[in-house]
Amino acid sequence: MPKDTQANDVIFEAKDLVISAESEDGSELQIVKSVNFQVKRGEVVALIGESGSGKTTISLSALGYCKPGLKFAGGQAILLGEDVTGKTTDELRPARGENVAYLAQSAAATFNPSIRINEQVTEAPVLHGTKTQAEANAKALELYKALELPDPENIGSRYPHQVSGGQLQRLMAAMALCGDPDLLVLDEPTTALDVTTQIEVLKAFKSVIQDQGAAAIYVTHDLAVVAQIADHIVVLYNGEVKEAGPVDTIINAPAHPYTKRLMAAIRPLPEAGQGEISSDEHLRDDAALEVSNIDAGYGTGSGGKPNVMVLRDINVAIERGKTVGIIGESGCGKSTLARVMAGLLPACDGEIRLDGQVLHPQLEKRTREQLRKVQFVYQMAETALNPHQRIRDILGRPVEFYRGLKGAKKRARVEELLRLVELPTQFADRFPHELSGGQKQRVNLARALAAEPEVVLCDEVTSALDTIVGANVIDLLTRLQKETGVSFVFISHDLSTVASFADEIVVLYAGRVAEQGETDKVLTPPFHPYTRLLVSSVPEPRIGWLEGAIQSQEAQAGIAGAVELTDVGCPFFARCPQSVAGKCDLVAPPRMRVGTGHTIECHLEPGALM
Amino acid sequence: MTSLILKRIGIGMITALAVSIIIFFGTKILPGDAAQIRLGQEATEANMAAMRERMGLDKSYVMQYVTWLGNFLSGNLGISLASDVPITDLIADRYQNTVYVSVLTSIVAVPVSLALGILAAMFPGSYYDRILTLVSVTLVAAPEFFTATLLVLLFVFALDLGNAVVVGSPDGKGLFSMYAHFALPIATLSFVIASQLIRMSRAAVLNVMSSPYIEMAILKGVPRRRIILRHALLNAIGPIVNVVALNLAYLVTGVVVVEVYFGYPGLATLIVQGVQTRDFVLVQGLGMIFCLTYVILMLAADVASFASNPRLRHPK
Repeated sequence: MPKDTQANDVIFEAKDLVISAESEDGSELQIVKSVNFQVKRGEVVALIGESGSGKTTISLSALGYCKPGLKFAGGQAILLGEDVTGKTTDELRPARGENVAYLAQSAAATFNPSIRINEQVTEAPVLHGTKTQAEANAKALELYKALELPDPENIGSRYPHQVSGGQLQRLMAAMALCGDPDLLVLDEPTTALDVTTQIEVLKAFKSVIQDQGAAAIYVTHDLAVVAQIADHIVVLYNGEVKEAGPVDTIINAPAHPYTKRLMAAIRPLPEAGQGEISSDEHLRDDAALEVSNIDAGYGTGSGGKPNVMVLRDINVAIERGKTVGIIGESGCGKSTLARVMAGLLPACDGEIRLDGQVLHPQLEKRTREQLRKVQFVYQMAETALNPHQRIRDILGRPVEFYRGLKGAKKRARVEELLRLVELPTQFADRFPHELSGGQKQRVNLARALAAEPEVVLCDEVTSALDTIVGANVIDLLTRLQKETGVSFVFISHDLSTVASFADEIVVLYAGRVAEQGETDKVLTPPFHPYTRLLVSSVPEPRIGWLEGAIQSQEAQAGIAGAVELTDVGCPFFARCPQSVAGKCDLVAPPRMRVGTGHTIECHLEPGALM
Repeated sequence: MTSLILKRIGIGMITALAVSIIIFFGTKILPGDAAQIRLGQEATEANMAAMRERMGLDKSYVMQYVTWLGNFLSGNLGISLASDVPITDLIADRYQNTVYVSVLTSIVAVPVSLALGILAAMFPGSYYDRILTLVSVTLVAAPEFFTATLLVLLFVFALDLGNAVVVGSPDGKGLFSMYAHFALPIATLSFVIASQLIRMSRAAVLNVMSSPYIEMAILKGVPRRRIILRHALLNAIGPIVNVVALNLAYLVTGVVVVEVYFGYPGLATLIVQGVQTRDFVLVQGLGMIFCLTYVILMLAADVASFASNPRLRHPK
């Protein structure tokens, strides 16, 4: 970007911007403290920081908008030469959707479920009178094509629930761009997506921003993503700018300690041979929990078989004190597998063994002792913790139920659990809403540990957390495992998190095991083509990574097709760059042993998968 | 969606059947013998036995139930124990008043209160909203006879407009004179159902207004009117139609206090009379009619909320 641009090319400028929250007792708390930055035409400026850093609040100021309970308390937010902080909603209406457009984190929540997509995409320019409905429709069609959406002529006439999450995210980009805005505000637009979908969406955003000559504010906590899309980075912490500068300076030579911590929290995939190495002579009969030949699904169809099969022929052994990582895109059956292990969803075929004893598939038929040994930690701590109970009661209940402790002993055990998850013991008297997201997740974990389990099933426990907070939770899990010898089943769509932590990895695709084995073996060739796609889709904090990834044939396969468990052939056939027509689509792939405990389900020889 | 509706109709039929069993056997548990009520205290044993046989009371309860249900389904509600006339005739004299009052009330009260509630949701925290909340909460808390008394005090005694009770027959009157005829009961009932409708429609719309897609609409520069009418209302239809249906059912079945207060005979008063005179047959018949009213209205509400949900209307 040319550095000597004219002042009138500044699209947005925050000048000593202060935004404060009004608390219930009337006092004011500054959420954003005197922030300054500029966005010039053609530039992408990234606001980066963890939740609570004020990044979303700052980005919304470009639209003159404050979330309910917040207000502009000083400074200016200048959009195209005009300060928007003092304007009323009616005064701002022409600018919103015309000069500046907003893309939210969750497209699924941002689209009105009752209105067809096209009406929502074209609404802003038509309402503002800058385009007729026909012009807006033509513009929308052009954008659908540019964003590589399937069936662009007809996708607009669908309702939001009729398209996939990745498509909806791109449709939201179309909605923002339909009014030809000068400034785009993108609020974590890829955080909720699988890595493979994230590449597609990033690629689409980048090309569209370039073609339209727009400027953008990109809000995220992910430095690896920022490196792909931003020109300038503003690092925020607690409402203050900690560091700001061109992307290559911040990525390659971070100066502020906080930026360094952010960089350190990114866990690169381990290089070949550097993964966790478990002992070679591992004994299969030493498994804490073992599932064999599991088939499972939802609904009851004819002959007692489920209507929708979600899992087919799954074999996993979780050894004592070890971690098995389960990865795959959304919809591949990861959470279903955890539910089967927990007994929440009885498998229709196969066997689950705990300490060598067969577990009843149904939860109700298991003994209390068996229930105690297998515990579940949910993704959303917010919804898993009862908002009306104090932490003391949330943790005290399983302590009393499973261990029979009461009174002073129970209280002591609750405090011990809080110390175990590195929380102050005074937290026992708090309610969940008085805790931050990471703290709630720790309580959630302590609740599972209260039962003194042998196996803890962790379903996407770090996915809702920021990079640093998530990394801290992983460190905690590692420590707990060393101290208590508990086994973890760690479910995630984030390959790099799983790789940093798991001893063994199971790669699920459409309900089947694509590849399975020790972490370092799965992450080095030979690869299942799907594993290769996943590995190559993990963003690296390196400028130009995205361009390289787009070129590679793996990314070509990233165009997400339907992930469905097929009756015949390999489910990955349609997306696989190495598929062989007439074979892969007709015959189920055989399970190949390519090393000790390392299997790949593929028709190709290991040599072809290197 | 068709299968969902069929399933819902099935559930409705099962509900009605279950209620019919409860009503029939519930009235059987009550003390008293239908034959004796019919013949009076002085009847001889022989007369009683003959009457029992004629009324089918000598058969087993299950047989009696099957016969009763079959008769009900074919429109024969039996003969009143108290007055010896067919129940259908008794109902025919009364249902008009009930239907007139409930239809006239809902024509006015439902649209007006929904509009007031939605308007309150458009300006939450405004003076309008606060006053409306205060009034509707007060009205929810006030019993019907209290509201009715206030209205009578105001319109009849203070302003000297018309009578404190409903006088004469509504037959042959036009829409407006019909409103005049039933003015006070309609006003009382309107207040009663309006307060609930206002509060529920306000809450339903406000609930939707906190959704991310509404924030998105604000950030797209969509005017407030359009946000409410196009974006929010569509998603609030489900809960609103359910409250409307419950209130309409109340208008048919639960207005006994208002009927007695204003002295016009309706179905709700009839069932109370049936209980007082131990007229089991009347209570059974009316009980079933009330039950069917609820079942049908709730079914209609469910179909309406299914139809307002694009996920059900346009499956993937």
